[in-house]
Amino acid sequence: MLKRPDALATMDNAGICRAGRWLVRGVTLSIDAGEIVTLIGPNGSGKSTTAKMTLGILKPDEGAIRRRPDLKISYVPQKLQVDWTLPLTVRRFMRLTGHASVSEADDAMAATGVSHLAAAEVRTLSGGEFQRVMLARAIARKPDLLVLDEPVQGVDFTGEIALYDLIKQIRDDLNCGILLISHDLHVVMAATDRVICLNGHVCCSGTPTVVASSPEYKALFGARAAPTLAVYEHRHDHSHLPDGRVRHGDGSITDHCHPQDGHHRQDSTPGETRSRQDGERSPDA
Amino acid sequence: MLDDFFTRAIVAGIGVALVAGPLGCFIVWRRLAYFGDTLSHAALLGVALAFLFEVNITLAVFGVSACVSLALLLLQKRATLSADALLGLLAHSALALGLVVLAFMTWVRMDLMGFLFGDILAVSRLDIAVIWLGGAVVLGVLAAVWRPLFAATVNRELAEAEGMNPERANIIFMLLMAAVIAISMKIVGVLLITAMLIIPAAAARRFATGPEQMALLAAGLGAASVAGGLFGSLEWDTPAGPSIVVAASGLFVLSVLPAFSRGPAKRNEQEHHATEIQKEAGP
Repeated sequence: MLKRPDALATMDNAGICRAGRWLVRGVTLSIDAGEIVTLIGPNGSGKSTTAKMTLGILKPDEGAIRRRPDLKISYVPQKLQVDWTLPLTVRRFMRLTGHASVSEADDAMAATGVSHLAAAEVRTLSGGEFQRVMLARAIARKPDLLVLDEPVQGVDFTGEIALYDLIKQIRDDLNCGILLISHDLHVVMAATDRVICLNGHVCCSGTPTVVASSPEYKALFGARAAPTLAVYEHRHDHSHLPDGRVRHGDGSITDHCHPQDGHHRQDSTPGETRSRQDGERSPDA
Repeated sequence: MLDDFFTRAIVAGIGVALVAGPLGCFIVWRRLAYFGDTLSHAALLGVALAFLFEVNITLAVFGVSACVSLALLLLQKRATLSADALLGLLAHSALALGLVVLAFMTWVRMDLMGFLFGDILAVSRLDIAVIWLGGAVVLGVLAAVWRPLFAATVNRELAEAEGMNPERANIIFMLLMAAVIAISMKIVGVLLITAMLIIPAAAARRFATGPEQMALLAAGLGAASVAGGLFGSLEWDTPAGPSIVVAASGLFVLSVLPAFSRGPAKRNEQEHHATEIQKEAGP
């Protein structure tokens, strides 16, 4: 990995070990200003753990993480439950961790389309409304680095596209680095500069391949949606066996996979959809 | 003005209520009611140690409560027991230890009831000074750590990620709790301190639209309970400490009566619920 002194955050071979098990290991990545990095991977692959290392919530047990001094971070967690005993309006929530002025808060709420909810109690919001409120709170801080853990979770498809457009807009306006965790293994936003695929380690990383040309994709999501969506191109050269060992493309079996390995062959994953397969074919098509 | 024991009692009681209200909000928000109980149980050990080493009771109680708070923080990190089991363990170990230490000191004749239920009618000018000065310090520190403490209450990881240092805020909060227990023990007694923390805050919840507002309301409702309880105890010759708690409970009951409940959202929810029940009951 290149040493980038101007990067917002860099991780060098970082890993987290809990109760003798590596949740994630050998993560090397860096995020620059104005860059959108998307983390994908199946459940339990260490996406949230990697994000928490970036945020400084978890300290790596091996390897190193470096954040630029005075880095201003905003975080949109995957889950945030507000207890009913807490009287908390959206407007107060906007000032949770900083001194956002009224106009800054108003601008941020307007940007995410939640201005009309300013006086509402946070716990009465729907899932999609709350996601946009959390995003508004995060951008009102004008962060250098924005970490979004599954921001489109619980949002319907149209809302998902709008939210991805919004995230791109945020990047353009604030020129901040964005680390995005995607719950969807197959679909990532087109504006993503780099995709990092995790499965307990970094499987592969690189720029996403646009699939606007794929007819199946257009059929599935509509022609207008296509430019917003992209599929990362996978190269499967090994698969994880149930006992934790790894079978490689040449048939050899090892205890762990290696950083230079490509993506897994996940034949048994039930979530596998047509879209990904379409995406994989599209470059050859 | 402070010559009259009743005036002194009201001034002291209101001083305690003004501090207990805002702190009690955090107890309610963070579901720490049992933590308050644990600290007040430990207060008895502080009293025993104060007699043993002949030091100021308030300081000794603060010291022991602070140690118990920090022990809880450490145990939560290391031990594999759940938080409530740890609290029970600490509470009753400290209480039993306090009673054993007291029993050893055969020369001490202590009014145990006074410590359990408080002795608000016997507060001195010094007590009032301790309550108001100590209370001012507690409220000042609470105001200083308010933002990080509140952010950590909403979501700890979010607060940590955005540089709010929730660990430090938590430790400061626990020390403030210990201080409040120490200065209010004489007013309502160790058995009822938690009531002064929780009940006004719970009553304030219905009327509050924001956390800061809820803290102020809790302080006000607490002060009203003190005044109401003391006048009631004068009128009907009832014990002062418990009367204050009864007055606070009365305010809470008033706050949950439907006529006082605020906002149409809640009513809609109830109506919605009622329709669903009807649907279920139907064929």
